[in-house]
Amino acid sequence: MDDVQSMPDKPTAGESSEAAEVVTAETPAKVEAPGSGRKQIQREQRRVLFRSPGFIIGCVIVGFWIFAAFFPGLLSGAEPKEFVDAGARVKPFTGGAWLGTDQSGFDVYARIIYGSRRILIIAPLATGIAIVVGTFLGLIMGYYRGWVDEVLSRIIEAILSIPIILMAILVVFTFGKSIPVIIGTIAVLFVPAITRTIRSAAAAEADLDYVVSAKMRGESGFFIVTREILPNVVGLVVVELTVRLGYAIFTYATLAFLGFVGGNATDADWGNDVNSNYEQIVNDIWWPSIFPAVAIASLVIGVNLMADSIDKALKS
Amino acid sequence: MLRFIIRRILLAFVTLAILLVIITLIPNIAPGDPARKIAGGTASPERLKQVTESLGLRDSIATQLWEVTTSVFTFDFGESFSVATGERVTDLVLTSLGNSAKLVGLSLLVIIPLSILGGLIAAYKKDTWIDRMIVNVGLAFSAIPDFVAGVFLLAFLAVPFEFFKVQANPPSGASPLTQVQHLMLPVIAVLAVYFGYIARITRAGAINALDADYTRTAFMRGLTTQAVFRKHVARNALQPTVAVIGTQLGYLFGGMVALEVVFSYQGVGNLIISAVDGADYPVLRAGVLTVAVIYMIATLLADLLVAYMNPRARQSLGEN
Repeated sequence: MDDVQSMPDKPTAGESSEAAEVVTAETPAKVEAPGSGRKQIQREQRRVLFRSPGFIIGCVIVGFWIFAAFFPGLLSGAEPKEFVDAGARVKPFTGGAWLGTDQSGFDVYARIIYGSRRILIIAPLATGIAIVVGTFLGLIMGYYRGWVDEVLSRIIEAILSIPIILMAILVVFTFGKSIPVIIGTIAVLFVPAITRTIRSAAAAEADLDYVVSAKMRGESGFFIVTREILPNVVGLVVVELTVRLGYAIFTYATLAFLGFVGGNATDADWGNDVNSNYEQIVNDIWWPSIFPAVAIASLVIGVNLMADSIDKALKS
Repeated sequence: MLRFIIRRILLAFVTLAILLVIITLIPNIAPGDPARKIAGGTASPERLKQVTESLGLRDSIATQLWEVTTSVFTFDFGESFSVATGERVTDLVLTSLGNSAKLVGLSLLVIIPLSILGGLIAAYKKDTWIDRMIVNVGLAFSAIPDFVAGVFLLAFLAVPFEFFKVQANPPSGASPLTQVQHLMLPVIAVLAVYFGYIARITRAGAINALDADYTRTAFMRGLTTQAVFRKHVARNALQPTVAVIGTQLGYLFGGMVALEVVFSYQGVGNLIISAVDGADYPVLRAGVLTVAVIYMIATLLADLLVAYMNPRARQSLGEN
């Protein structure tokens, strides 16, 4: 079905199939005209995006880490908790372990490669949950307004008034340090910001003629929100997704650095590794903490470059 | 204006009230026994009882909410839970708040002029390599977590140069200049995080203002570039900047937890982390609430300042 393809990245499969059912009930001619125009704009935007150097660099960096997370064995001969025979605290670039070894004699390079796994599972998962919930809430609030919107907006304002990291500390502390709690906390704490962005976009769309005329055609609220408004804010959802992913990586790395992840302390994890080794920098043993720090910085910058390019392409 | 002020203050109280409810609810909705999780698996029964009491979980939620609310308005957060010290939480919070204020104040002194200047230069040199460099370097640095920036600074500045100090806490009785010297590295880290952000907002505001009709009119009226910048561009371009600095103030006070840990600086962030390590919930909650109150006052002041700078902004609150 052509119409379904013209709907870009739906947040959930369920929503997409439900929306598709609604489409079949519609006469195709009605939907096709705006759909094909939108398609052309999207093609144009995609071309701008794939040509921007920022996006390409970002994709290369992020692509590398995703590859590392999936196939760490291909990139590193050593295991993250293997005692390589180089000895402890070996300087980098001297042989044996090329990024050196830490105080336990673990290979720093192997730990970085394997350490990409945790952050690349937790951050996208949390962001994904937050974006689905936030988009849904934002659309509903922006379209229906009313007192529910008013109340939720105030709650959002209140949650946003505390730095996310502090709120996360408070929640993880009371709920217990574990990975599921971390994912849930990041997801919940990211919902307000996403909801606020989508809400204001949806509220602006709701005042436009096409929504007003859809209302007059007697369409259901569900149809208007999913088939009329959502396709028009989907670009914003994608931008929000990439921006929040950057923040989620940031937040997870910080929580890991502060020791909130729980579980086994010797597991390879960038933030955790920075934390257990940074105090030795003053003794000139910089490599066990600086290299994972570089890894964190590169991943966040990569994601941000992508987010920034997508944002620019959509506005072009 | 008075109407606006009253409305804005009422709004701040509504936000605070909601926040108090949320913070009260968190330990109550935690699954299992939150006291056990906070005290740790190996805690003795007495300690467990103590934690439960400090959380106030035996009381009804309404009582708990009342206690939290009164603690905010009387600024009395009870006694620290830590068995060793048993200090008043308020004293602990005030000490670390003072330290944070030093760091934040110094950071603002450095950040505000530098990033506004950066933003104005970028706007003035729009689409040249200077503009691109300011925007992109700023973007890259503001993406990096604060503690990562801090760790880099330790390795690249503190180790090779005697001048930069690893410990942000000065030795006791140090002169103000020595204190500033000790705070250099965290301030540079904060600058790295915020420069790009504030410069970007200032740049966008300045570009808008430079394009606006009133600026063109002012130029056509024959005013000098300097006069146009002072009277028209700056006033309008800086409104978003003022608003953003206001909203970031709370983050500066409480969001730099990891940075304070890196430089072992005894600010609010470090207070909260040591409260976590010591399972000291009263201190933790007091720290979070203090940051929230600071944030609310800061955004309130920023909004009032923006309203003072731009009469139209006074109306916008009525529309919402």
